[in-house]
Amino acid sequence: MKLRPAPPDKNLVERGEILDAVGISRVLRRIAFEIIERNGPAPYLVGIRTGGAVLAERMVEMLAASGESRPVLGAIDITLYRDDVFLGLPKPEIGATELPESIEGRTVVLVDDVLFTGRTVRAAMDVLADYGRPRAVQLAVLADRGRRELPIQPDYVGVRLQTTADQSVRVMLADRGETDRVVLRERITK
Amino acid sequence: MTKGFTQRHLLGMENLTREEITTILDLGERFLEIADRPIKKVPTLRGKTVINLFLEPSTRTRTSFEIAAKRLSADGVNFTASSSSTVKGETLIDTAMNLDAMNPDIVVIRHAQAGSALLLSQRIRAGIVNAGDGAHEHPTQALLDASTIRAHKKKIEGLTVVICGDIDHSRVARSNIFALRTLGARVRVAGPRSLLPIGVENLGCEAFDRIEPALEGADVVMMLRIQLERKAGSRFPNTREYARYFGLNARRLALAKPDAIVMHPGPMNRGVEIDPGVADGPRSVILEQVSRGVAIRMAVLYLLGGGSGEEWSKS
Repeated sequence: MKLRPAPPDKNLVERGEILDAVGISRVLRRIAFEIIERNGPAPYLVGIRTGGAVLAERMVEMLAASGESRPVLGAIDITLYRDDVFLGLPKPEIGATELPESIEGRTVVLVDDVLFTGRTVRAAMDVLADYGRPRAVQLAVLADRGRRELPIQPDYVGVRLQTTADQSVRVMLADRGETDRVVLRERITK
Repeated sequence: MTKGFTQRHLLGMENLTREEITTILDLGERFLEIADRPIKKVPTLRGKTVINLFLEPSTRTRTSFEIAAKRLSADGVNFTASSSSTVKGETLIDTAMNLDAMNPDIVVIRHAQAGSALLLSQRIRAGIVNAGDGAHEHPTQALLDASTIRAHKKKIEGLTVVICGDIDHSRVARSNIFALRTLGARVRVAGPRSLLPIGVENLGCEAFDRIEPALEGADVVMMLRIQLERKAGSRFPNTREYARYFGLNARRLALAKPDAIVMHPGPMNRGVEIDPGVADGPRSVILEQVSRGVAIRMAVLYLLGGGSGEEWSKS
């Protein structure tokens, strides 16, 4: 699938860089090793499209390149499971859900870029439930910006941030035609 | 290419853009996968009501729409000709306004009268999907056909597609001509002159009164049934003669490209427009059309089931 950067939002201004390319790579490496430290070799990583799927793939490559057994890599699209699908126009593009091996009885590590309200993760768990009954589901995120609206907590966190409702955290990835960066942005109200 | 679909109704293929058609076809590919899951259902249209108002006999299309709605978790209600009040003398508009008073989100309509879907869309609030209006249009059939062609040929632009049979009575032919032309295919229609509508060339296709020259070099061969219920039988001597001159058999199919696919929207009259050996042969994609029909209808219901408001965004 082609990945494209999200359309620019004129009302959002950048307030600072949280991670640069080296920082992202360092954080992903740490999380990847934490995952195998806790679960043993060859875990089952499932990225949430689009950002999480890119990050999961990078972690799989990092582990394989370090001489570890290659983890199973899956990706899911949660569009059809969102609780706010119809607050706006339906999203005209949906990514593929690909789970190359059965998740039945496995420990699955969900990977997302930014953890915020927890609604995306809730939807992702519903997707998994439709494919089987994993033994356990864990959650790895590159950035946790707080402000949860559901009782969901991550197992592996890259960076933890305190943010306000007007702020947003954006993960830019080379795979989406941008430079690898994580930035804090703020909505300006006129 | 910018993607999107902001129409409230799906009334026909005539006014859809290439981008809108491609959006539906791409979504259809995603929905296809749901049929292979252990749980063949997603919660997307939970709480939405879809009414299937079928005032003309139909098994395949109605079942397909019904399954599509169920796989999206919508609540489907079926109205069929025999059980509806139209047999008691109620007008279509009255039936529709009564249904609308029950506040459905989408009404899928099949009716013998051309323009009935458009009429409904002007009278009721729900989104309307045309599931066949007389000899006018049958857009979801054209979409599932385009989806099947694209899956086999990887593209539609530049292909030569032959539609053969009772073109005059066929909403499938009309919707396919519109859709395939918009997507850049060359369309040939073939049939006895008495079953070719006057001026069909004005729709942007070539017309043939013999099947053989139409088949030469074709990538896709789409066969249509003779619609005897619309009195098509009076347009030619008998079905045996029709089969002899226009039926698709292995010998005629050899005139098309070696990798040409054979399609049929159903119901099929074996031995009339299509030889059983061809219908069940290796180049037939007829049953795949049916599978793709469900996925395409899911895509359409998904796009029409949305509310209006701010653009979808992932924070």
